[in-house]
Amino acid sequence: MYNQKVMKEFANPQNVGYIEDNDGAGKVGNATCGDIMEITIKVKDDVITDAKFRTFGCAAAVATSSVATNMVIGMTVDEALKLTNAKVVEYLEGLPPQKIHCSVLAEEAIKAAIEDYRRRQSEKAGK
Amino acid sequence: MERRIYLDNSATTHTDAEVLQKMLPYFSEVYGNGSSQHFFGREALMAIDEAREKVAKAIGARPAEIYFTSGGTESDNWAIKGAAHALRAKGDHIITTAIEHPAVIKTCEALEKEGFRVTYLPVSEEGFVTAQQVEEAITDKTILISVMSANNEVGTIEPIREIGAVAKAHKILFHTDAVQAVGNVPIDVVKDNIDMLSMSAHKFYGPKGIGALYKRNGVKIERFMDGGEQERNMRASTLNTPGIVGIGAAIEKAVRDMDKNNAHIAKLRDHFVKEVLENIADVRFNGSKDMSRRLASNANFSFEYIEGESILMSLDLAGIAVSSGSACSSGSLEPSYVLLSLGVPIELAHGSIRFSFGKDNTMEEVDYTLKTLYEVVARLREMSPLFKKFEGEDKNV
Repeated sequence: MYNQKVMKEFANPQNVGYIEDNDGAGKVGNATCGDIMEITIKVKDDVITDAKFRTFGCAAAVATSSVATNMVIGMTVDEALKLTNAKVVEYLEGLPPQKIHCSVLAEEAIKAAIEDYRRRQSEKAGK
Repeated sequence: MERRIYLDNSATTHTDAEVLQKMLPYFSEVYGNGSSQHFFGREALMAIDEAREKVAKAIGARPAEIYFTSGGTESDNWAIKGAAHALRAKGDHIITTAIEHPAVIKTCEALEKEGFRVTYLPVSEEGFVTAQQVEEAITDKTILISVMSANNEVGTIEPIREIGAVAKAHKILFHTDAVQAVGNVPIDVVKDNIDMLSMSAHKFYGPKGIGALYKRNGVKIERFMDGGEQERNMRASTLNTPGIVGIGAAIEKAVRDMDKNNAHIAKLRDHFVKEVLENIADVRFNGSKDMSRRLASNANFSFEYIEGESILMSLDLAGIAVSSGSACSSGSLEPSYVLLSLGVPIELAHGSIRFSFGKDNTMEEVDYTLKTLYEVVARLREMSPLFKKFEGEDKNV
């Protein structure tokens, strides 16, 4: 079922946690479906300087959260918006077919965090 | 040394070494076809007859009432479809429960597509169905009642004898899926009023791929497979001599050692349950609280805030094998229908783990599992957006 790369990422996930003074926060999924992913980001000059996640979900959900947060650190928000679940899956050298939706969740959580960041930016600008 | 702790004995057990030894000659030395008339065949048939006697004796049946099959799923399919089709003219209603194994549920669903009507009785919070519920569901069109002897996920032991008595009083066929019960719980098909019973050898330290259907003498069902005249013309296919010898040897030993094994297994399980409930906060123990109405091997928990498959995989990394009722484990979107039927909230059902102990597990393995489980639960909860740190709780995790 899972390959070694996924298991390794699951056993030692990067960026676990919650950034209290975050610049953007996104939470997707729900407990009824058995998957919740929450990603918080820190942004400076439109570049993501830090990203952390908390996940309620399976090993694939944890592994994809870890990989996705790692990938977006150092990206501009525009670049991060282009991150696809396919890239996350490619980095993990594949996921079982029934687990692909977990990687979609990671992509969605990043997008939600960036949207939240942009909303806050425009609110600031509006003031 | 790398640990390998097997706590999934409800999924399957290893073939007992003594059982295996008894099987081995029937692969290459006594290899005759049990249906052949010559001495090669007769040697095989003698072993088959002996095994049939052992299986019959273990459940209080007669040898002629035992039919060898490929396992529990086949026995369930055969009993239910075979009876339904044979009794079609009499009625079209079947009574079963919501927590049956898929081998029963899916078989009933297939019959529904053919026009049969099926009542899936709900169960109590601890997973019990009552004889009264069964009786109330009976209509003049009811032709079959199928209730499992013990549940595979939560270990609940159903009141088979009472249900059998109701079926008998109403002259309705009674089938029980006893795959989890045989070898673990005493069964007497006469006293328990059972007309048909399914069993599978690999659940009681026998080999995989062999099972049996007990069918009371006189009960009419349709044959399972067309072909040769094996099994009194009811189940075609060359007899699986090594497997049949295996199920005979395994059931004899399992029934002989039942009390001893159950005492050991229950001691491990009870210690495990007590420690989990004492040391982990926000955990739900699923199934019967009365341990005498539960398989000695079974402990099923739901851990709040975390998901079952990630618990399973974390324990796997530490060398501990368990199973989970989470959706992610099954590959479907829904978590265990058994747990949902017990009223376990869906979020909690996602976080459920079944630990099933066996005769070869040790207390040392249980303690290692406990220690690992505390670490795993703590780590995954730290990672969970649902988890809120407890304050003033006197628990380790």
